[in-house]
Amino acid sequence: MTLLELQRRMAGAMMAPLSAGDHLAAKAPNGRAMRAEVGEIIKPNDRLSPVERLEIYAKSYWYRILDALADDFPGLRAIVGSRAFTKLARAYLTEMPSQSFTLRDLGSRLAGWLEEHPEYAGRNPVLARDMVRLEWAHVEAFDGPAEKVLGPEDLVELNSRMTFHLQPYVTLLELQYPVDDLHVRVSELAEGHSEASNARLRHKERRAVRRFSLQPERIYLAVHRIDEAVYYRRMEAGEFRLLDGLGSGKPMGDAIDSVFEDSTLPLEELRGNIEGWFSAWSELGWFCRARGESS
Amino acid sequence: MPANRFNGRSDYGIGIGLRIPHYQHIFAHQPVVGWFEIISENFMVDAGRPLAVLDRILERYRVVQHGVSMYLGSAEPLNREHLRRLKKLVQRTRTPWLTDHLCWGSVDGRYTHDLLPMPYTFEAAEVTARKIREAQEFLEIPIAVENVSSYAEFHMSEMTEWEFLNEVVERADCGILLDVNNIYVSSQNHDFDPYAYVNSVPAERVAQIHIAGHSKFEKYILDTHDHPVIDPVWKLYEHTIGRVGATPTLLEWDDRIPSFSEVYAEAMKATRYLPAPAALAP
Repeated sequence: MTLLELQRRMAGAMMAPLSAGDHLAAKAPNGRAMRAEVGEIIKPNDRLSPVERLEIYAKSYWYRILDALADDFPGLRAIVGSRAFTKLARAYLTEMPSQSFTLRDLGSRLAGWLEEHPEYAGRNPVLARDMVRLEWAHVEAFDGPAEKVLGPEDLVELNSRMTFHLQPYVTLLELQYPVDDLHVRVSELAEGHSEASNARLRHKERRAVRRFSLQPERIYLAVHRIDEAVYYRRMEAGEFRLLDGLGSGKPMGDAIDSVFEDSTLPLEELRGNIEGWFSAWSELGWFCRARGESS
Repeated sequence: MPANRFNGRSDYGIGIGLRIPHYQHIFAHQPVVGWFEIISENFMVDAGRPLAVLDRILERYRVVQHGVSMYLGSAEPLNREHLRRLKKLVQRTRTPWLTDHLCWGSVDGRYTHDLLPMPYTFEAAEVTARKIREAQEFLEIPIAVENVSSYAEFHMSEMTEWEFLNEVVERADCGILLDVNNIYVSSQNHDFDPYAYVNSVPAERVAQIHIAGHSKFEKYILDTHDHPVIDPVWKLYEHTIGRVGATPTLLEWDDRIPSFSEVYAEAMKATRYLPAPAALAP
């Protein structure tokens, strides 16, 4: 057996979903009986069989990645409930094992996966999907790259064909539920609870989720960071559309025109709003050069 | 501490693992610590709070990088993106040497995020040594590999763990991060003499030592880093120091982390076994 073959067979066995009671599955991914498959690779000793020895690694693998995913998606867990979240996480991680050296990226494909698997999204899949998008944006905002902020020197040739780039750590989200408030509520509940009162915490989370489930409300959000802390900034629809247009590379003139076309506000009021938005975005340092572009 | 070419000829004493629950204490009280060991992967990010914290630490303390996912023993090639990020961090921290594990953890681009044991074969030694050499060349810094705790042994192994370690480090011409607790844990799990292991290690290649606590179960011992160091591990540490000389030593405490003061006090127990000048302060 080569090194590669051993590593493929061992990884296949330990990364296979655990059975009930968190034991190694009866069958290996290649269809063989797990006992035979593992017995060919791992030696027994006087206390443990090959399967029991591999099970130490398999449990450690699953507990580690399940914990990591739960840490990054507390809001989703509150929405679907702890048991359903574990089912969801096991299914997701079975289908989408980590492809990154860092656990930080574990949830990068969860939003797309949940779109394709609404059966795991609980009673209110829209609420669950909104929360996943918010929580992944939070991860990105926490340690995502920051590019050089556009300064006055970059704006000397300001004209209607000018294009902008948004800081990579800023994510714009159009959501059907106010999951920002729900996420804050879930975080507050978690901060205030002691280890001894897990059941009470889950009960309070369920109550908060029920309240938010009954109150759909379209919101426009920028998830970003200031001074190393993550913030959720609510925006008006017009502000969101303009920023989204600019962020996706629309020339400034076209992006502004589309705001005027869509708005029913008086011209002067809208012009004032746009000035205010640009002023806020500049202050937040959201406009930047494209990656690798020098000044 | 005696220096060698595998720890950048530096004279670091006793260090402590930098962990989030201690940040507040460290920034508020600025304790005297010889050096901090950081988990490289926690800081291989583009920006944000992790790097801001690291920069504050670097203003005051010496840092050594310890990695958990280079997977030098995986059959697949080194992850270039990982190496690029690691090098960027090396340039930031100016770590005199860098450590990672003698293990594998990824295959076909899928990551287990675990430190999986190697089959002790000549093929595995050659693959691993080649990857260590490549990494050393790319990172332009000495690398020391750490022996891991293990719970499984392979039919295909052709030598003992310590023979494999020697085979790899000689072929790669790299250093060793000797984890005394891991030797103890594996010796209990696989019924070998931990002193035979320590006695076989090439003393001149030992760049650093790890000590830690573990958890004992009915049929095996698990390397949990959530307890103080037990006496048999201190005895093995004493024997190791007697053999390799005073060496930069790091206490690992990663789970159920107590106060900074408790971790500090536990780490300082190592001074009992070190020659007098090998104190903590830089």
